[in-house]
Amino acid sequence: MQLTGENLACVRGGRQVFSRLSFSVSRGEALVVTGRNGVGKSSLLRCIAGLVRLAGGQLKLDGAERETSVGEQAHYLGHQDAAKPSLTVRENLSFWSQYLGAGVAAIEAALEAVDLAPLAGLPAGYLSAGQRRRLSIARLVAAPRPLWLLDEPTSALDVQSQARLAELMRGHLASGGMIVAAAHGPIGLDNPRELKMGLE
Amino acid sequence: MSAFTALILRDIRLAIRVGGGALMGALFFLIVVTMMPFAIGPDLNLLARIGPAILWLGALLASLLALDRLFVTDHEDGSLDLLMMGDMPLELAVAAKAIAHWLTTALPLVVITPVLGLMLNIEIDGMGALALTLLTGTPALTFIGLTGAALSVALRRGGLLLAVLVLPLTIPVLIFGVAAANAAIVGPAPFGPPFTILCALSLASLVLGPVAAAAALRHGLE
Repeated sequence: MQLTGENLACVRGGRQVFSRLSFSVSRGEALVVTGRNGVGKSSLLRCIAGLVRLAGGQLKLDGAERETSVGEQAHYLGHQDAAKPSLTVRENLSFWSQYLGAGVAAIEAALEAVDLAPLAGLPAGYLSAGQRRRLSIARLVAAPRPLWLLDEPTSALDVQSQARLAELMRGHLASGGMIVAAAHGPIGLDNPRELKMGLE
Repeated sequence: MSAFTALILRDIRLAIRVGGGALMGALFFLIVVTMMPFAIGPDLNLLARIGPAILWLGALLASLLALDRLFVTDHEDGSLDLLMMGDMPLELAVAAKAIAHWLTTALPLVVITPVLGLMLNIEIDGMGALALTLLTGTPALTFIGLTGAALSVALRRGGLLLAVLVLPLTIPVLIFGVAAANAAIVGPAPFGPPFTILCALSLASLVLGPVAAAAALRHGLE
């Protein structure tokens, strides 16, 4: 399985964010996107997820099991956590797991993996920023999808949680998954490939 | 459980929990209809004659009340992004949201209609028919409003824009809804033809609403 982008271009709000951007990620590989603020890292991730229309270029996911769009094969971990304050942690997670087509079988294991099991019955409105972030990460574990798109995944996480996330990412890569992450610092992977944006 | 039912159940849960707007529509409806006899005066014949129109207008405004929040909250907390990345076509996802909205907002209206009918001096015999027209007509209001709700996210304008966009489109529903209700209560025109057209309007909007709303959301991608 391989994700390739060729000559990608993105225009948002009438401004050219990036153009002629090419990259590829194969199974088991991680690509870390770096660059200054506003250079288009988040836009690139949202383009791959299908949440922003590409202004040019081609995006392909070869070798996928099903004939689906890239977005339907991907998890997107953005700046917002998509957690409803009035639903409990478990209800939030089980909804997304069911919506993303995975059922509820892996819910408890996923809560365990991000260390939220003791808080499973608490409404998500009472969670701290870091805990909400971990609830988002639990979604990636509960509903397996081959491509993870992570936008500054370590923000708001404490040191222990960062280590746990790194472990989850390594597990995902070892099982043949792919990761594209936007980050400003190390995200805990051994030697990911790097895509530097904004160097033209 | 399929993604479709999971989404319906989540939205119903959100609506009936703290901060949700499940009964706001019904309460608004109650207030509007209660005010009418005070404004119009105690002329029972007049009230009976315009009662169906008052109930229909009240239901129309009440069902649009919470509609502009339908996608805005999901847009603000990032849920909409994930909804668009599901395996299920976006059309079905927005239809699921509309069904949940109808069940929590419009259905309570239909249930309390017979009680409010008493205040407007509508005969008991006609009450069933009036509730039936609301039951078949309100899905059309919700699904037409769905498109407006999606546009208000895509265009980043909420609130009043929705009413301005949606209310003109609901005029046919209003005409045939009130016509059917009047036919049942006052006569002498038959109940069948306007009621059948009302059903047709509901069925058409059930199909067209989600398609238009999904197109509006996709167009708003940025």
